[in-house]
This record gives sequence, C-alpha cells and structure tokens, in this order.
Amino acid sequence: MNKTWNNKAWFMVLPVLLLVALSAVIPLMTVVNYSVQDTFGNNQFFWAGTEWFQEMLTSDRFWAAMGRNLMFSAIVLAIEIPLGIVIALNMPKSGWGVPVCLVSMALPLLIPWNVVGTIWQVFGRVDIGLLGYSLRQIGIDYNYVNDPFDAWVTVIGMDVWHWTSLVVLLCYAGLVSIPDAYYQAAKIDGASRWAVFRYIQLPKMNRVLLIAVLLRFMDSFMIYTEPFVVTGGGPGNATTFLSIDLVKMAVGQFDIGPAAAMSIIYFLIILLMSWVFYTVMTNYDAER
Amino acid sequence: MNLSWMAWTLPTAAFFVTILLLLVGMAAWEYASPGGNPRVGILRFETTRGDRLFVSLLGSAFIHLTWLGLIGPNLWWALALSVVYAIGVFRFV
Repeated sequence: MNKTWNNKAWFMVLPVLLLVALSAVIPLMTVVNYSVQDTFGNNQFFWAGTEWFQEMLTSDRFWAAMGRNLMFSAIVLAIEIPLGIVIALNMPKSGWGVPVCLVSMALPLLIPWNVVGTIWQVFGRVDIGLLGYSLRQIGIDYNYVNDPFDAWVTVIGMDVWHWTSLVVLLCYAGLVSIPDAYYQAAKIDGASRWAVFRYIQLPKMNRVLLIAVLLRFMDSFMIYTEPFVVTGGGPGNATTFLSIDLVKMAVGQFDIGPAAAMSIIYFLIILLMSWVFYTVMTNYDAER
Repeated sequence: MNLSWMAWTLPTAAFFVTILLLLVGMAAWEYASPGGNPRVGILRFETTRGDRLFVSLLGSAFIHLTWLGLIGPNLWWALALSVVYAIGVFRFV
C-alpha cells in the first residue's frame, strides 16, 4: 500500500518555530555576531574576525575552567551513580515505606537551585552552620571560604545531596519493573545476592542508568547557580566552572566578544553531548 | 525596527544565509524525494539526510575550532576539510 505524504502538516509547527526563533535563534545569531567583533558599549562594534575564538582556544583560563568542569562531572557521576543504585536496591518494594521513601527522595529535587545553594552556604559556615560548626568542634580545620579543597567538598556534597535522588528514582523505576519470576528462578538456582544483582537487576537497569548517566553528565557540565551561590567560583578560581567563568567574563568584565566566543564553544560541546544523548536513546529504543 | 543591537556584519549575515539556504535546499530535497532516505551507515545506526546534515555541520564546526586552536586563523583549509568531511558523511554515514 502506498503511503500518502502530506507536507501541509508542517504548517502546524509554524507557531513553535516562531517561538523558538524569538527565544533561541535570534539570541544565538546575536551571540555569533558579537563573537567576531569588539565593543566598548554604546552599540559600537569593531570587526575582530576569529581573534576571540583563537584567544579562547589558546587560553589557560578557558582550559582550566573546562578541566574543573570535567573533573566535577566525573566526581559527581562516580559518587551519585553507585550511591543511587545502592539506595534504590535498599528501598522497600511494597508497604507503607514505599511512598515515604519516594516522597523523601523527591524532596531535594523540588528545591530550586538557588535555594539549595543558600542552604549549603549557611550549612557550611563555620560560625553558624551545622556542618561547618560541627566539623570545627571535632577538630577538623574546615572552611570552604578559604580552602579550595573544602570548597570542592562542599560543592560536590551539595550536588550529591541535590541530585542523587534522581538516580535513585530512575533506578527504583527500573528495579520495580523486574517480574518476580526472575527472582524466583534465581532462588531455585541458588544464586547469590551478587549474582542476582549482576545478572538480573543490573541488566534490567541498563536503560535507566544510561539516562541517569547522560542526564547527570549534561546537567553537571552546565552547573552554575549552586556553586555560584555557595562559593562564587572561589576561593580564587578553585570552583570557577565554565558557566561561572562565562558570566564573569560577560557581565563582570564586559568582555562581550571573548564571552560570546566562549559561549559558542560551550554551546557546541553541549550540542554534541545532546546529540549523543538523543542518538543513544533513540537507537536503544529501536534495538529493543 | 532598529536591529543595531544585533550587531550584524556582512560575513555573519552570509554565514546565516548559507545555513538558511542549506535548510531550504533540504526542504526542497525532502519535497522532491519524501521520507528522508533513511539508511544504516558506518555508524551502525539509522540516519536520515537531515541527521547527516546535522552531523556534517556540527563536525565542521569542530574542524574549524580545532584548526583555529592548533594551526592558526587561516581557515580556508579547514573549510576544504569540512567539505570533504561533509561529502564523506553524506556518502557513508
């Protein structure tokens, strides 16, 4: 049977296209325009060509921020994914504990980013914060304002507190979808707890874990608000990630040209990751 | 309407017009031969010609950035390499 092709349906997406044009395409075009020019304000622009891109790509500052961002993503993934799996495995599968656990897990996800930052900023303070004060009292020299290591520990602790729940909920959804027959078969075979995890639970969680890893990687790579509120990118530049550096450059220093070039490089990296994410997801679905 | 805040220049306008023409060309191609010509290439998953254009443009952007970072501001060779890359993508991906 021949399929009828009717391209008039494309007109139905016209309103969305207009909305995207106004909210994304026009600002993006402007950023591209800024990235090849220099300005001192007052709408006066001077052609700079690819100078800002070259400056960014050969700048220690840019690569240092990129390195910090990649390290941050790697650390939070290394903590949040195993921790999320362990918590999900230990959550009840039935009874009154299920809604209690699910609501408790969902709570951190409902808190806005800037509020999370403010909570942890106060929490870590050595004079009034529960964490900072307690650590000082037991003799640990903790101060996230002065010490880069402490600042990293605080920012990572905050991200783990905020986002591990997402991994837990995704893993839990994968776990509850496993039919009981699998566990019964494993019990008959005398499978160990590890064998049940390795050969039943982990394969069944593959898909949700993939979503969790990709979502957390992309999100942590774009992190801005929480570390900005807690450390402001400091001490020094210790927690200055790409997005924080970008804002410092564009708003703090008013270096619009270099900031625009950096935005485009950052955007292209995010676009590449989004494409990988989309491709992996759609092909996983197709294989299934 | 005053668009001076967008800071348009001739080269950036030409760049966006080229992208627009590519999209119009793809739309015309789709109209002439509907379905997107899906196939499984060397990446071992199905791609349509729209996917292949996206991969070509994104890859070309990274080729230009790599050239700029490692070699220098003369981007004509990067452009030539991108065209070869795009032909390769449309042929084999």
